[in-house]
Amino acid sequence: MTGTPQDAPAAVSVHSLYKSGSARRLALIAGLSLLVVVAAIFSAGIGTVSLSPEDTILAVAHACAVSIQNFLHTYLPVAGSWYDAIPFTVPAPSNPQAELIVVGFRLPRIFLAILTGISLAVAGAVMQGLLRNPLVSPFTLGLSSAASFGAAIAIVIGPAVLGGLLAIGSDSFVIIMAFVFGWLSMLLVYAISRARGVNQATLVLSGVVIGYIFSAGITALQYISSNEKLRDLMVWLMGGMWGASWGAVLLLIPLTLIPVFLLERMAWDLNALSAGDDVAKNLGINVNRLRLSGLMIATFAASCCLAFTGIIGFIGLMAPHICRMIIGNDHRYLIPCAGLLGAAILLVSDTAARTIMSPVEIPVGVIMYVIGGLFFLFLIMRARGRGLY
Amino acid sequence: MELVLENVSKAYGAQVALDAVSFAVHPSEIVALVGPNGSGKSTLIKAIATIHATTGGTIAIDGRDVRSIEPIELAMLLGYVPQGFSYTLYSTVFETVLMGRRRYIRWSVSDEELSRVQRSLDTLEMGQHAGKFMDELSGGERQKVFIARALAQEPAIYLFDEPTSALDIRYQIEVMETMRRITREQQTSMIVAVHDLNLAYRYADVVVVLNRGKMVGCGKPCDVLTPDCIRSVYGVDSFAIENEFGKFIVPFRARLPP
Repeated sequence: MTGTPQDAPAAVSVHSLYKSGSARRLALIAGLSLLVVVAAIFSAGIGTVSLSPEDTILAVAHACAVSIQNFLHTYLPVAGSWYDAIPFTVPAPSNPQAELIVVGFRLPRIFLAILTGISLAVAGAVMQGLLRNPLVSPFTLGLSSAASFGAAIAIVIGPAVLGGLLAIGSDSFVIIMAFVFGWLSMLLVYAISRARGVNQATLVLSGVVIGYIFSAGITALQYISSNEKLRDLMVWLMGGMWGASWGAVLLLIPLTLIPVFLLERMAWDLNALSAGDDVAKNLGINVNRLRLSGLMIATFAASCCLAFTGIIGFIGLMAPHICRMIIGNDHRYLIPCAGLLGAAILLVSDTAARTIMSPVEIPVGVIMYVIGGLFFLFLIMRARGRGLY
Repeated sequence: MELVLENVSKAYGAQVALDAVSFAVHPSEIVALVGPNGSGKSTLIKAIATIHATTGGTIAIDGRDVRSIEPIELAMLLGYVPQGFSYTLYSTVFETVLMGRRRYIRWSVSDEELSRVQRSLDTLEMGQHAGKFMDELSGGERQKVFIARALAQEPAIYLFDEPTSALDIRYQIEVMETMRRITREQQTSMIVAVHDLNLAYRYADVVVVLNRGKMVGCGKPCDVLTPDCIRSVYGVDSFAIENEFGKFIVPFRARLPP
């Protein structure tokens, strides 16, 4: 006797299974968080000027300390003198340029990669759950192309036409257009998924077709746009982190984290939806409302990031899948894990993209196509003779 | 809880799936829905579970129309087991059963909820499979997991759509025995669509015979499941035998269409 109050078969009790599962999942979240931090420090240190990890960390810490000091002296002089009195100083990095390079150039890019990775991977995980299809992601459903088409319109036509009327900046105009078209493509996919007799393969196919239609629109825009706008557009479509700036990052932090939080709140309903629409309804879930609001929020997050980076494929497919294989299907843990893994994958890929052929950069979109394409093939091969979902 | 169906009708365009079906289910009762393929058994069960809307008539639980009951409350009253399989590749058995407790879980899962999951798995002798993935199970074991999920839901009325179709004969009898015990003990009721007339005969208190959406018989198994009825509904000749174990129906010949 092991002292358990019930005489249940001691082999595998549900309680211990649940606890060990939760522990494993929390460990993965912790491990992935660490991976992202380490990758960020590593990424901030390498490039045309390489810096030691100490210098990288010192550069960030020193910049933080200085800006806190400046902030306090400007707005709260009393607290500022108190702050100065603390016998704690962050030494400046040994390389005098480190601060400018790390904080001015590399960090915004690192943050953009992390935020984009999070939002695309979370959107992918949620879309897979909502449509009960393992092959859907922002990329395979045509969302990436559609959002890019919207952004391309904004770039080519410029804010002069519509944005001027609304008196908004060009950045917000690009985001709004990316979101509007991203959402349009999701509505199309949603309508198709609700039609009778649509199976999972058809859904992915229709997503691919929707993607092609919007790609054709992008090509048409390239054809009619002027030289300088064409260059902007091309940079966009290849997908890269060139759009990084502190302004973009500060805008994207709430635009990524709030949707992630809202989607995380749907985790239990997503879990129940995996039992099928009929059973989910019987469990008291408003399936249509869940599906529509979930798709809308996921699309919002993904489109906002895509507006700054251009088309980045497959990350929303890869990250959730790898996490599902490791920790299973509980969306409470799957959503954060997928987000962190997506951030890590995109950050490492972008770092590779800008250093492999340094000083020439490869668009990270290209790298993601290669890695993601291979992963997609792996999934298809693995699924043979076995249900995918 | 008493479930009353009154003139329940359902049509897909011009095609009539259910035509004025009326019967009542009382606590501790097992009602078997029998009838040939396409006779409307699944449609009726889905209509009761409010998965599909009806086009006429009323379905009421203790006098309240099911459509007026909030989905969250309805989830505590009705437990549905679907005919087909729908599960996720990376879900384990106990996670699937845990979904039956969805309405009672806010974020973290209490020990109490886990105990209920354990109990419903043990009831169906599936405890040793709790940690397995759904795709590691046989078809019959999977079906028992879905039944366990409905048990974990602890509803007042169980709605089972051919729950024993993938089970071998031993499990079929076990599941029906278990359900009869549970309905008696908990004063719950069960509506079950079955193909096996002998299962209906042995375990149901009331048999409802459906044919092309119409209710052509309703009553005690021995009154309803007669060779005449089986001939007219299924087009199959049969006879009943009686021995010390009870009365059995033996279908032996399909009648050629006239």
